[in-house]
Amino acid sequence: MITITKLEKAIHLKFVVNHLEIEDVSSGCGESYSVLLVSDDFQNKSTLQRHRMINEALKEEISQMHAFSQKTYTPAQYEEYLARQKKEAE
Amino acid sequence: MFRPVLRSSTRLLRGTTPASFLSGRLAAYRFLSQEARSQIQKAVTSTPVVLFMKGTPDEPQCGFSRAAIQVLELQGVPQEKLKTFNVLADQELRSGIKEFSEWPTIPQIYVNGEFIGGCDILISMHQSGELETLLENNGVIPKVEETPAQSNSAAPAS
Repeated sequence: MITITKLEKAIHLKFVVNHLEIEDVSSGCGESYSVLLVSDDFQNKSTLQRHRMINEALKEEISQMHAFSQKTYTPAQYEEYLARQKKEAE
Repeated sequence: MFRPVLRSSTRLLRGTTPASFLSGRLAAYRFLSQEARSQIQKAVTSTPVVLFMKGTPDEPQCGFSRAAIQVLELQGVPQEKLKTFNVLADQELRSGIKEFSEWPTIPQIYVNGEFIGGCDILISMHQSGELETLLENNGVIPKVEETPAQSNSAAPAS
């Protein structure tokens, strides 16, 4: 079974991790995860390239899951994203 | 034969060369039979927009595929320019398309033969407006004029 710890380890192994959120969206069966990664490694990379980097890093794990969803930001983009969310919440 | 042309034009459009994608495809070449590869190649270039999904547009069998088809509907992609393939109806296609695109999940979307991404990418491009631009630039949907202020009195009176 895939666990959050396992995914965290695999991501830390391959990426500079500025911020990481992994959510089990399977209601516990370990087959569906959503990952939000903020990394300097994403600098100057298109979204498609970033998703490919994560797909590659988690190749084994993803093949055992039913569903996988990801969000990828550079630190600057993540700041913007948070600011936007804050604004919307106000 | 026209594929290199398409590819180079879309490359110009996006300004980047997906080098890893190309080498990835070469690597995958070994695992996919020549026949399966050429069939998929034909499929992804058969219409301007091609979606590999679970189920059909009327009856999607997965929330991610449902989201993808909804985004395309919202964008106003005309039916004749969209083709969908139900990977649940074809096991060979289901595994073949993952190798072909070097992408582990379904749905997958292609525009003019170029791989765009999966559900997450499609939705984020939809939200940012990039998808609309991409579809416009590929002639899938008509360009919307930025300045509708130019009064054109030919508007039909209900």
